[in-house]
Formats: sequence, C-alpha cells, structure tokens
Amino acid sequence: MTDYRQKYQMTPVVGWLLKDRGGMILLAILIAAAILVPIGNLLMPETSAFHVPTWMLSLLGKYLCYALLALSVDLIWGFCGILSLGHGAFFALGGYAMGMYLMRQIGDRGVYGNPELPDFMVFLNWTELPWYWYGFDMFWFAIVMAMFVPGLLAFVFGFLAFRSRVTGVYLSIITQAMTYALLLAFFRNDMGFGGNNGLTDFKDLLGYSLQSDGTRSGLFVASCVFLGICYIVARGITQSRLGKVLIAIRDAEARVRFTGYRVEYYKLFVFTVSAVMAGIAGALYVPQVGIINPGEFAPALSIEIVIWVAVGGRGTLYGAVLGAFIVNYAKTFFTGVMPDFWLFFLGGLFIAVTLFLPKGVIGAVPAFGSPDRKSVLSGLRKRIADRRTNEGGKA
Amino acid sequence: MRNDMFSVLRRSPFAMKKAAQYVVRFGAVVACLLMFAVVSPNVAQAFSDEELRNIAEQLNVKSATKKVAVIEKMAADGDPRVAAILKAMLEGDLYVRDSDEHVVIATKKGKVYTHIDIVSGEQAGESLSKELSKIKINNRLRGALRDALATLNLFSPDLTVRTAAVEQVMDARDPAMLPLLLRAIDREEDETLLARMELAQATMALAAGETTEERLSAIEVLASETTPQIRAVLSQFVASAEAEGFEPEVVSAAKDALASVEGRLSTWQTVGDVYRGISLGSVLLLAAVGLAITFGVMGVINMAHGEMIMIGAYTTFMVQQALAPFLPSGSAWSLIISVPVAFLVAGMVGVVIERCVIRFLYGRPLETLLATWGVSLVLQQAIRSIFGATNQQVTAPDFMSGAVEFSTGLVLTYNRLWIILFSVIVVAGIAAVLRYTAFGLQMRAVTQNRRMAGSVGIRTGYVDALTFGLGSGIAGIAGVALSQISNVSPNLGQTYIIDSFMVVVFGGVGNLWGTVLGAFSLGIVNKFLEPVAGAVLAKIFVLIALILFIQKRPKGLFALKGRAVEA
Repeated sequence: MTDYRQKYQMTPVVGWLLKDRGGMILLAILIAAAILVPIGNLLMPETSAFHVPTWMLSLLGKYLCYALLALSVDLIWGFCGILSLGHGAFFALGGYAMGMYLMRQIGDRGVYGNPELPDFMVFLNWTELPWYWYGFDMFWFAIVMAMFVPGLLAFVFGFLAFRSRVTGVYLSIITQAMTYALLLAFFRNDMGFGGNNGLTDFKDLLGYSLQSDGTRSGLFVASCVFLGICYIVARGITQSRLGKVLIAIRDAEARVRFTGYRVEYYKLFVFTVSAVMAGIAGALYVPQVGIINPGEFAPALSIEIVIWVAVGGRGTLYGAVLGAFIVNYAKTFFTGVMPDFWLFFLGGLFIAVTLFLPKGVIGAVPAFGSPDRKSVLSGLRKRIADRRTNEGGKA
Repeated sequence: MRNDMFSVLRRSPFAMKKAAQYVVRFGAVVACLLMFAVVSPNVAQAFSDEELRNIAEQLNVKSATKKVAVIEKMAADGDPRVAAILKAMLEGDLYVRDSDEHVVIATKKGKVYTHIDIVSGEQAGESLSKELSKIKINNRLRGALRDALATLNLFSPDLTVRTAAVEQVMDARDPAMLPLLLRAIDREEDETLLARMELAQATMALAAGETTEERLSAIEVLASETTPQIRAVLSQFVASAEAEGFEPEVVSAAKDALASVEGRLSTWQTVGDVYRGISLGSVLLLAAVGLAITFGVMGVINMAHGEMIMIGAYTTFMVQQALAPFLPSGSAWSLIISVPVAFLVAGMVGVVIERCVIRFLYGRPLETLLATWGVSLVLQQAIRSIFGATNQQVTAPDFMSGAVEFSTGLVLTYNRLWIILFSVIVVAGIAAVLRYTAFGLQMRAVTQNRRMAGSVGIRTGYVDALTFGLGSGIAGIAGVALSQISNVSPNLGQTYIIDSFMVVVFGGVGNLWGTVLGAFSLGIVNKFLEPVAGAVLAKIFVLIALILFIQKRPKGLFALKGRAVEA
C-alpha cells in the first residue's frame, strides 16, 4: 500500500488526466457549463437567445446531482463489481442532512413560528429538539454529516457484508433490503424526520434565499465543481494501483484473495468513498429541488440509478455521467409529453441495454468502444456463442 | 318457549287474571302486545296500573339525579310497559300533559301531537305542542335509560335480545342491576346464556357483593373465564381493592384469579400470534416459492416475479368477469377455474420472457436482474394501460368469507385458513413434480450438471424455458390466492417482490424446504414483533435481522455444499 502512494503522489494528476479523453471532454463541458449557464441565466436579458431560464438551470443542476450519484455507482459497480441496489439510501441520507440544516434555517418563519422546532415537530406536539438534530443549525456540520452519515452506514454495512463474503446477487438483495428498511423507517413520524412529507418549505441557504436566481446559479456551479472533483477523485482511484486491484476483484475475486490481497478492505474502501459521493450528491440535490422525503429511499429508484450507469457505459465514469443525463432527460421529456409511455421506455431501456449495449452508449461510439466490438448485433451473437461454449462450466 | 309460557301461567294465577283483563279491555292489537307480556316471565312483577302511573309521574322532576333514581326503580320491576315508556323517554317523546298532569307518550303528526297513554298503551287524545311539557333528558340520563332498557331486555322472549342485553349489562356493571339480573338468572333456561348471566352476575358481585363468601365465589366464577373483558374487570378490582378496604383474602384471591386469567390469555395471545405468523408465512411462501425455483434452481434473478403474481391476480379478475353471467354470486367455481388458467397465463408469459430475454444472460446474474427489472416495469405499465391504475374488485366466494371467532379474542378468518391450506398444497405439488416426474428429473439433472445432462440427451434450453415457466406459473397461482387478501392493482407485485427475495435468501438457494422454513419463520417472527414494536418497526427489525443473518450465513439457512456453490 505504501509504495504505490509514494509513487503516485509524485506522478502529476495531470498526467493521467490528459490520457483520459472522455474525462477531459467531461471536465471541459463542466467548466464551460459552470461559467456559461449562470451567465446565461443572470446576465442575459430574457429576450436574448442565450438566456437560460431559471427552470432549466434548476433542471440541469438536478441532472448534475444525478450524474454525481451515477458516478458513485459506477465507481463500485463498474470497477469493483459491487452492484448496489441501495445507493439511493446514501443519496437520501446526504439529502436529509442538508434538509435538516435548511429546516433549521427557516427559524421562526415557519407556519407555527417556533424558532427552535421545525413545523412538523410542533405539529406532533414535540417540545424539544431531538438530540440528533443538534448541530444542524451550522452549515459546516450539516455538510460534514451529509458525508459522514452515508459514509458511516456504508462502512458498517460494507464491513459486515464484505467480511463475510456476501457477493453478487446476495449483496444486491441485501442492499435493497437496507434501503427498504430505511424507507419504512423514515416514513415513521416518530423518527423525527418529518415522516411521509419529509422536509420541505426551505427558505434560505447561508442567508441567501433559495428562490433567487443568484443562489440557484451558485448551487449549479457548486454541483459542477463537486461533480468535477468527484470525477477526478474517482478517476484517481481507478487509475491507481488500488484501482487495478479493484478491477481484478471485479473480474476474479477468488483469485485476488488467493494471491494474498485482503479483498474486503479494498471493497470496503471503495464502497465507503462511493457512499460519501452519493451523500454529497444528495446534499446538493435537496436545496435545488426544495424537498426531501422518504420516497428517495424507494428501492425502485436505486435500481433506476443502476440503469443510468448501464445506459451510459459501465466502468467508464464519464459514461455514467452521460447516462444520467440521457435517462433523466428522457424521463423529463416522456413524463411531460406522454406519461404512460415513460415506464415502457424505461423498462425497454433496461432490457435493450443489457441485451444489446452491454457497454452502454459510450461503448457504441467507436472512439470509446473496445476495438473488438464491431456492432451491437455481433456482440449479441458472440455472447450466445460464449454461452454455448461455457455452458458446461456453470452449475 | 311455549312450555315456558304455560308453566308461568300455571304457577301464577295472578298473571292469568291479568292477561284475561287485558284481552277484555283492549282488543286484537293490544292482544299482540299481551302475548309479549304473557310470554315474558316478568309478568309476575308487573306494576298495577295505578302504581305505574304514579311512579311515571315522578319522572316530572327537574333533578337528573332524582330522575335516574326513578328510572332505576321503574326498571327494577321488570314491567314490559316500562320498556315502552323508557324508550319513548330516550327518544324524547315522553311528555307531561298540562291538563291532568298525566305522563303520556306523544308523537308529532303535522302540528298535532297524538298522545298514547302509558298505562293502557292506547291512544289518549291529541293536542298542540303548547299543552304538553317535555320530560327533558341529558346525556347522563340517556346512559341510565340505555342501561335500564338493557336490563329490561333481559326478560325479552327473544334469545338474541336477551343475549345482547346480558352483554350490555356486563359492560355497564351497574350494581343496581344486580337484583334484576338475579331474577333473570332464575328464569333463564338456555344453558349458554345462563353461564353468561352468571358471569355477568359475578362481575357485579365482585364489588357489590354483600359477604366475603359471595365475593370469593364471584372470583371463582371469574377465574374460570378467559376473555380480555374479565381481565379488565379483575384488574380494575385489584387496583382499587386495597383502597376500598376489601378483605385481604378476597384481594389475594382476586390477584390469583387475575394472574391465572392473564396466564391463559397470554397463551391464547401466543396461539393467535403463531396463527397470524403462519398465515403471513403462507402468503410469503406462496409469493416466494416460484422465485425459489427460478432463483434457487436456475440461479436467475427474476425481478419480474412480482409481476407474475400480479398477472395471476388479474387473470383471476378476468376469469371472474367472464364467468359472472353463468355462475351464481359467491360461487367457488370462478376461483377454482382461475387456478389452472392463471398458471397457464403466467407460465406462458414466463416462457416468453425466458426465450426472449433471459436465455441470453445466463451466467450473468446482475445483468439478468436489470433486464428482468425492465420486464417488470413494462408489465406493470402494460397492466396499468389496459386496466387502469385503480384496484380491481375480486369478490370472495362464500366458502372463503367469514371467520371462526373465539371468546378469547382470537379470530380465524376463513380466507386465511384456506390460503394456509392452499400454500401447503402448492408446495407439496411442486415437491412432487420435482421428485416424481420426468420433467422434474431433467430439471434436477440440468441444475446439477448442465453439460452432462446435455450429453445424455436432455434438451437443456427446453428444460430452462419450462423451469422458468413453472416458476412463473406458480407465481400466477400465488396471484390467485393473493387476489383474495390484497388489492388487485398494478403495484401488487411490488408489494411482494422484496419480501419474496428475503424469504428465498433466508431459506437458502436451491432448497425448497429452506424456502418453506424461511417463509414461516419470517412470518412468525414478524407477527411476534408486531404487538411489541408495531407493524412498520417489526418489518424494519426483520429486515435488519435478515441483513445481519446473511453476514453469518451468506448462503442462507440451507446452503448447497460443495463446488456447485462457487460456480
């Protein structure tokens, strides 16, 4: 462990970033968006063709958060083979941490005008703030918690799961059980997180009104910046020797273990990092959409995240970002134009991508795809052939 | 009852005379009323006309307390005419006529009030409202009136009315009713009701009894009962006994009785929990057993499994709609026909899914998971587009509605009982198919060694498709059963999918008995936690326990051993 650190600390990050073509494009787009979109929103007159309306700004900001979430899933699924069907839980926990800060910021402007307690607590006849709400009146504390709580949950959960070698489908199912349990728990009023309604009616963030275009632009820029940083961190991890071990674990876990690596520690590390990223995504998401409720814990949502990654291209990182944008744009489009069709589309996407585009949209682009994969159909044919030859091996 | 009537008449010449008087005085309509009076055993205690009139006039006082006293006095005598008076009073139809200070029952017809004499029960003139003054009642009086009426019902000739009256007396536990209750006990001939009456008497005698012996015998009667009601009576008594200065032996006897009642009740509670657990377990089993085949035997993660259940439920609905014109309502046939139809429909959908999607993804479980999730979304939306998002009404056949109720508070509904039975039959059927049929043999062969099975001439692809079809078909059958207890909506499958996975994972993959054990233990644990923690929290605990359990035994309760596991 130590020698790789020494080696890579000295290697300039720029070195491997420059080799990462997709990453460079992504970062360039992010920088451009972070500069141009707020200008378009704040400085351009509404009549101008370059004007970015506020709703679009919010929508793009939301997509950026989803993209960060997809990135976190790709980091573990694409590079370590951990298919988490509960990543929405980390996202939602991060969101709740931010939501709690925003609730405290409301102060006495709530319906009941209680300076200490959020409205829903007054409504439930609570007289004092539960201990776990302490400290959330401070922004830094909320930010730390938005990362710490998902990280801690992932650490404990991962420690238990990876230590006892729960892998593959079993892991997917228990991650699903985890988010389902949290969903049920957060629906309870007694939990002190607003129950069914969740946290909403936010007023301002760090003293700036959430309704103003300036704050929204600021959040947009923050989303771009965090997505960029997390991308670089994720790329750094996957480029490092640790990343090589992760990929080896993905491809042949038992062999890596037999060569003497403590597989569970590698998995635990990347799982925790990924959960922290998901938490950050949640924390950025909540002020932009103005609500967080237990619905974010729904297992269906967590599975949807996986399809973003699969659509974009698993194991590429930038593909996950692209996939999040494609699928969520499609969602916005279809739920607006023909809502009945959306689930058909999403369901079809799941089937089509797993059958015909195992490397996602990115994989279909020749410049990014692997050279041996000429066309979608030949890939499918090859897979059937593979299966025929491998049939006997599988029990 | 006829015997009863004559024996009363024989025993009481006074009653006979009275009856004769009535017949002479009032003609046919009143004769009916008289039949009532004669039949009811209380005639012996009837007021004379004059007494009744006098005592009724005492109701014309301001003080509610005094009114209550009068009501109790009237009711204590058990005269059937009193029931009519008190009923009128309860309904606000009892008035005092200003002209002669007589109490009358008056009903409004237009602007005119028709008077009915309380003694004779016949019409006694008309007047405008200003000539009458109402006998006012308040909530306290209403309560007293209801209790008094209940006591009077103790003497009703109708067994059901008497039974209801006993229950009401038992709830009220008003010591003032005790004498009347004793009188009712003397006359009661129905054994079951007599036992209830004695119990009711005991609940009153506990606090109102005169002597230590009376209390002790009351406690003895109570101690032999096992209902939540008696527990409440006893615990109330024990709580206040010391303060009220009852004898120490009574108090200790009451405490012992309370303990024994509570002990038996908690046993019943446990029995009830186990039953509810088994009931939930059988539902889980039905939902999960198809999954145990596709996931356990084939290693295919079928996220669309819940939708197969949904398809089964919708098939039941369709079959019921189609057969509705030909079958009488409540007929069991539509449900019975639904079982094979649902099996075929869901099984065919399963085969199609296997041929079109899953066969390309064998050996890649995570991709299978995603693709089948996609299938589930498409199926859900398809059903929603066809049938709409609202719940469809599947009516229960007659043999499935109703319940067995025990006095201890345990209720066994028939539909749950049938579902338990049904799940057992389904699992036995699957076990038989796997064990005794050629298809089952081939299926096991392919599971154990695909290539070898292929070498000896088994068409492995064909077996795969049929196995998946079997698992899906069983999910369809589960849908038929679940349509009886849950909403038939496009979301039906989603409700069960996570639970089904938990069951299979808990029980261990590739083992039918593991699934059975997993389903029932999850069901029972859930139902035992529910009274302590509440339904939602119980479910959360079960999920957390499962997550922890998987750490300990990553392959479930009954894991396959050997190399097959690692492949």
